[in-house]
Amino acid sequence: MAGAPLPPPAGGTGWKGLTIPLLIPAWAVVGIFMLLPVLLMVVYSFLTKEFRGGVVWDFTLAAYDQFFLNRGLFGDEPPVIEWTYISIFWRSIWQAALATLACLLVGFPTAWFIATRPAAQRTVWLFLITIPYWVNLLIRTVSLKFLIRENGPLNDSLMSLGLITDPLPLVNTNLAVQLGLFYSYLPFMVLPVYAAVERYNFALSEAAADLYAGRWTILREIVLPVVRPGIVAGCILVFVPSLGAFLAPDLLGGAKTYMIGSLIDEQFRGSQGNWPFGAAVSVVLMTMVLLVLLWQARAAARGARG
Amino acid sequence: MSTAIDISSVVKRYGTATALHGVSMEIRDNEFFTLLGPSGCGKTTLLRCIAGFEDVTGGEIRLFGRNIAALEPNQRPVNTVFQQYALFPHMSVIDNVAFGLKMKGVALAERRAVAGRMLEMVHLSDFADRMPAQLSGGQQQRVALARALAPAPKVLLLDEPLSALDLKLRQAMRVELKTLQEQTGITFVFVTHDQEEALTMSDRIAVMSQGRVQQIGTARDIYESPHNRFVADFIGETNLIEVDVTAVSGGMADVVLPGGHRLRCPAETTATGRHHLSIRPERLSLTGTGELTGTVERVVYLGTDLQLLARLADGTPFTVRLQNSARTQVPEAGATVGLHLEEGAARLLAD
Ligand SMILES: Nc1ncnc2c1ncn2[C@@H]1O[C@H](COP(=O)(O)OP(=O)(O)OP(=O)(O)O)[C@@H](O)[C@H]1O
Ligand SMILES: [Mg+2]
Repeated sequence: MAGAPLPPPAGGTGWKGLTIPLLIPAWAVVGIFMLLPVLLMVVYSFLTKEFRGGVVWDFTLAAYDQFFLNRGLFGDEPPVIEWTYISIFWRSIWQAALATLACLLVGFPTAWFIATRPAAQRTVWLFLITIPYWVNLLIRTVSLKFLIRENGPLNDSLMSLGLITDPLPLVNTNLAVQLGLFYSYLPFMVLPVYAAVERYNFALSEAAADLYAGRWTILREIVLPVVRPGIVAGCILVFVPSLGAFLAPDLLGGAKTYMIGSLIDEQFRGSQGNWPFGAAVSVVLMTMVLLVLLWQARAAARGARG
Repeated sequence: MSTAIDISSVVKRYGTATALHGVSMEIRDNEFFTLLGPSGCGKTTLLRCIAGFEDVTGGEIRLFGRNIAALEPNQRPVNTVFQQYALFPHMSVIDNVAFGLKMKGVALAERRAVAGRMLEMVHLSDFADRMPAQLSGGQQQRVALARALAPAPKVLLLDEPLSALDLKLRQAMRVELKTLQEQTGITFVFVTHDQEEALTMSDRIAVMSQGRVQQIGTARDIYESPHNRFVADFIGETNLIEVDVTAVSGGMADVVLPGGHRLRCPAETTATGRHHLSIRPERLSLTGTGELTGTVERVVYLGTDLQLLARLADGTPFTVRLQNSARTQVPEAGATVGLHLEEGAARLLAD
């Protein structure tokens, strides 16, 4: 049917008129399950705390005040900046960044390895990568704790091999939290990087080698820039959930590894909780994540423009 | 003249498949050398072995006398124009062209200047700041050429660099490439499956088939004196007629044509028995009674030429090319014609 446009169906307006009705279900889902909860969270962060958990419908900035400002023990001193929560945030960002780096360092070679196998083997490798994720995250994290505890299999086998004399105190350390985050989110790095590397044209590496580039130069100047969108996607997919993670820090870490996720989690538990404060922390966290995404989108736009 | 690339008995296997069965050739310095052959005959494979992307399974390749087996691709003074261009998608045209110089440690100002000159040479100066994705196929191909030429390699390998261009541009680029090669004095190893391209540009041509070299020679050599059936058939148009060879001596053979006529002609084989005779269509003329007799089936008008499709008494198809002049007497379809073989028109081929 070249040339003449299709006449609109009799009595109707054609597909164009159906666009909005067809989008309604998608909008409903996004609205009810994503925008509404976020809105609720924002509203709650401005409410007053009820003693046994829950809220009173009195609008106040108390939650944000508690987060950012310190007015002394009895609340009557001139306000100074409250570092407690900011430092928890800072530590969480740091932990998440480290976990992202670890995932990248392991995930990139893994993705590269899979992408360079013959096509038939790739699906098998990808399948193997996803197998642990059939098991619930909580169970996996608990298993990891079991694995690395003082008289767990890891320490036992290291000791029976004679590599160490005393068990390594791994649980309740930063390292354990790192391990937990790394283990939880590694596939989120491997999969997008794999997708990018699989599309990578290896003739580009040959062309660069032909033009006197060595292996590392090829990696730095050709491969990494070309697969960058996959790497950026992987980093975001690891960084964002790591930042808000609470299972790994809760189960594997101790007081010194307290992260944002645990802080929020605690605010909604029993009578100790403080819903408005938990909501306010979430709002701050979400704002930060949005900033990261915006920065990434701008960087991507810059990359596309050259 | 000295030898640029000396390829001796190179074998390349991929698992159980053999892409090159003992290929030998000597490519001279400053030569425009062409590898010509049908798809899958191993042209790209041979180029990749020279560039270093593939290790040879057997034999050796010497570059200016030096065995290069141990050299990585980035250590070989050889640049490649890839069949699929392989331009760096994240770099502008000028950065692509300057990449080789950058890797050689040339300073920014100088490599920009050289890259600019290269772009001028391929008529892409106005496109220096574009990204490869914003170029047409032909423009990309010219960037690939400029990129490979910029570091001034001793040898340039070109893998079907003109295949993506339309006829007009292809013809223009042929002339330009040839001029470029003469100006720069760089040895060109040029791959193509287009025989016309090969014949018009090359100093010498290696005709390949199924991983073997069939013949190496100038365009004239391989067109006028093909060694075997493959070369005769692949290069230009030819008539292949099965004949009885009664005697061969001193490079000449006595053969019996279908129809019983006897003929003495140059021979590429020393064996008697049944072999093929090659006769170029333009080396035949029509007479009342000639060495061969056939029935005209069709006359095709080609403008400057007329093509006569005929059949011998034993059914062998046959083509004759006649110049389209006022004096040419054109037989009707169905007419019986005698064919006269010009002096040296026939050549007995090896199988
Ligand atoms: N990586 C490989 N693995 C297995 N076989 C291969 C590989 N590369 C090439 N071959 C085979 O080697 C033979 C020669 O291939 P090559 O690419 O050299 O052909 P070519 O002459 O360049 O053809 P074309 O004109 O189509 O480019 C082919 O039969 C091909 O299938
Ligand atoms: Mg090829």
